[in-house]
Amino acid sequence: MSSRSRGVFIQIVVLLAALVGALLIGAVFLILAKSDPLKAYGVMFTGPISDKFGITETLVRTVPLLLVGLGIVISFRSGIINIGAEGQILAGAIGAAAVAVSLPDMPAVLLLPLVFLAGGLSGAVWGGIAGWLKARLAVNEILSTVMLNQIALQLYLFLIRGPLIDPKEVSYGTGVPQTASIPQQIWLSRLIPGTRLHSGLIFALLLAVLVYFFLWRTSIGYRMRAVGAGPEAARYAGIKVEWYLILAMALAGGMAGLAGAVEVTGVHHRAIEGISAGYGFSGIVAALFGRLHPLGTIPAAVLFGALLLGADMMQRAVNIPAAMVMVIQGLVVLFVVSSDYFLKNPSFLTHLKAKIFGQKVDGEGGK
Amino acid sequence: MVEKIQHLEMHGITKRFPGVLSNNNVNIHLDAGEVLAILGENGAGKTTLMNILYGLYQPDAGNISLNGKKVKINSPSEAIQLGIGMVHQHFMLVPTLTVCENVILGLSKTFLVDLKTAKKQVQEITDKYGLAINLDAYVWQLSVGEQQRVEIVKALYRGANLLILDEPTAVLTPQESNELILLLKNMSNQGNSIILISHKLNEVMAISDRVTVLRDGEVCADVNTLETSQEALARLMVGRDMAPCRRDSEFFPGKPILELQDVFAKGDMGTDALAGVSLTIREGEILGIAGVSGNGQKELAEVIGGLRKVSKGKIVLNGKESTKMAPARIIEQGLGYIPEDRLHVGTIPSFSIWENLILKDHHQPPFAKRSLLQNRVIMSHSSSLVEKYGIKTPSLETPTGRLSGGNIQRVILAREITRNPVALVAAYPTRGVDIGATEYLHSKLLEARRNGIGVLLISEDLEELTSICDRIAVLYEGKIMKVMPVEETDERLLGLLMAGIVE
Repeated sequence: MSSRSRGVFIQIVVLLAALVGALLIGAVFLILAKSDPLKAYGVMFTGPISDKFGITETLVRTVPLLLVGLGIVISFRSGIINIGAEGQILAGAIGAAAVAVSLPDMPAVLLLPLVFLAGGLSGAVWGGIAGWLKARLAVNEILSTVMLNQIALQLYLFLIRGPLIDPKEVSYGTGVPQTASIPQQIWLSRLIPGTRLHSGLIFALLLAVLVYFFLWRTSIGYRMRAVGAGPEAARYAGIKVEWYLILAMALAGGMAGLAGAVEVTGVHHRAIEGISAGYGFSGIVAALFGRLHPLGTIPAAVLFGALLLGADMMQRAVNIPAAMVMVIQGLVVLFVVSSDYFLKNPSFLTHLKAKIFGQKVDGEGGK
Repeated sequence: MVEKIQHLEMHGITKRFPGVLSNNNVNIHLDAGEVLAILGENGAGKTTLMNILYGLYQPDAGNISLNGKKVKINSPSEAIQLGIGMVHQHFMLVPTLTVCENVILGLSKTFLVDLKTAKKQVQEITDKYGLAINLDAYVWQLSVGEQQRVEIVKALYRGANLLILDEPTAVLTPQESNELILLLKNMSNQGNSIILISHKLNEVMAISDRVTVLRDGEVCADVNTLETSQEALARLMVGRDMAPCRRDSEFFPGKPILELQDVFAKGDMGTDALAGVSLTIREGEILGIAGVSGNGQKELAEVIGGLRKVSKGKIVLNGKESTKMAPARIIEQGLGYIPEDRLHVGTIPSFSIWENLILKDHHQPPFAKRSLLQNRVIMSHSSSLVEKYGIKTPSLETPTGRLSGGNIQRVILAREITRNPVALVAAYPTRGVDIGATEYLHSKLLEARRNGIGVLLISEDLEELTSICDRIAVLYEGKIMKVMPVEETDERLLGLLMAGIVE
């Protein structure tokens, strides 16, 4: 095994250890909630991989997680922290749905790209606002993105309850807050008939490769990483730091907006209440779990897709309160983020390497 | 009270880090009242050895004995208990507390702090060694030299009688250095032992009784200071003869390439850090800026590089007014710039060497075509620079922050000089850099001068300035006191001007 692949292996070991730690503490809470942790975790872990339904539903959740996660990778790598993906998903979903329902007769070749563009741009604008506030007025981006989430949510609810509500809901008098169904020609095709798995997965995977290429193989990506890793040095080198902060937030918002568009065209076929489903936060964890690397985010998004699904299944199987699921997810986040300390501690890593691979690592690193 | 350290011995110390043998079978010894200098280039293993003595690292082999008894030092607090104190290069003081509060910080065993008694005890120590320092002053009000004295008092108050000082004069003005030297002499005369880590030959000669020279992690000499000379020590330290760089007296400056006309600029505190600076740098000359740091040097370099706003006045670079230009345009105009903070401004520490070598050119051919980085070209360019500039690194992918200071400086120098600038601003390029690298940097600056580049060299090191500059300007409180040809300067005159005194 090369030194590099060993390093990756060690990272995976540490991250999985963090996951196990989170689940152990979660078990304590499950016992307190008077349910059997073994049974609960049994369902949680085997459910998502036991049959076609589990696997495809995992991947359905993977798509928005991956898209959001890619945006998070871009923004965090550029030194700006985006907590606003929830709002950006909503902006993207409503932008995509609005364009789709207002052009029902347009052929799919034109309409689908247009809908995605609308979703991406809406998210980009929503994210860009926070970027602009940070770059021009030095407003803390964590505060602004969290607040923008609230604004986006209320705007979104207003739109799907009022101006954009499905006319059928009004005429039937049911009044479910959702937009009209989008034209059928732009429903994303199902990859496996009889499941909800749609072609948005392929789109997301392609974007992951594209984001990797963008960040590490283009001069714009280089600049964004430079701004994130050394803002003073970037300014010294003639890079317009503020501009790239705005760009980073716009791209991150755009990715989340695309996640919204994909949920609309691939899963719900309309904009519904609660469409963001917490993906905006889970996507941050997926990106961190993937070591803020676009390709690392792929397996991380699958893993968290499975966790989300497994938690849903567990809730139904062992009848625990929904809040418990959020507790366990929260624990996973805390543990994963804390594991960073160990991953950045060289002596701990050397020690672990020696434990796993034997003593031969000595004197290898510097060569 | 712990037993006073009469004799320290570190025997057969070996410490290995992944890929590096930092200390290899190192022996040192020290008696009470003695000043031992540990001399060596950056990366020779001096700091590792002292961190072992202070309990920060455990040796892989070897042992430490005090007064003939073997001891195991597991942590700095155990070292302090044994009477070993350390003054780090970077001070560990709380700026918003007073001197006295800093000294007793963390030692009070009771809930309420008895400041009165504590102050009396601290006063006794400062009186004993003649340390002039106001115990009620806040640390943020103190100069760097005074803060260092607070660190020393801190170590003494904790009962240290063996004091380790890591590069103590690196941050001091010449005057402050002299005061420190006197203080250390006084302390050793009163029976304290001192270990001084340094790569500055003159101060080693001035203070120490004995010198242990480290090279590549091994002791290569242990000599009495009286029986050696600066030249001999330099040879031992570097492992070859040193030829100090001097400018050749042939001096044919060309047309003005960088001009500052009555430039004003605000410092970080909002006061005028530059108050009417006028300077002219011509092609093919090195203009030195002498002065105690904090008199506008940082701001001077930054306004030229476009990183700080000019509030009044005018800067002309290569025939065009650059006063309001963005940094990118100034770079295009042909300014090379070696910034003071080489780790965080000059480079991006987490970026690899090749990424840092293209920091200013990543967007243009041949390194990027249509926004795509041309990795093959970049790699061959980088490996040739690494070879040409003697950058010691395991690979091109190594994060630059892992290199030593001298090697980071070589990365910056390689980048700035290969960009063929018309003018080059170098701010403290050799600060904290070992003599091998210093010599190299000087030779490169002189080469730039021969190639017709106008160089502005900001430095605190008068020897450096007088050996390679053509003219020297003295900066004091944001104003140029005087500009004169190097032949008309001497250390006394420069020292007076640096203190703001005009004859």
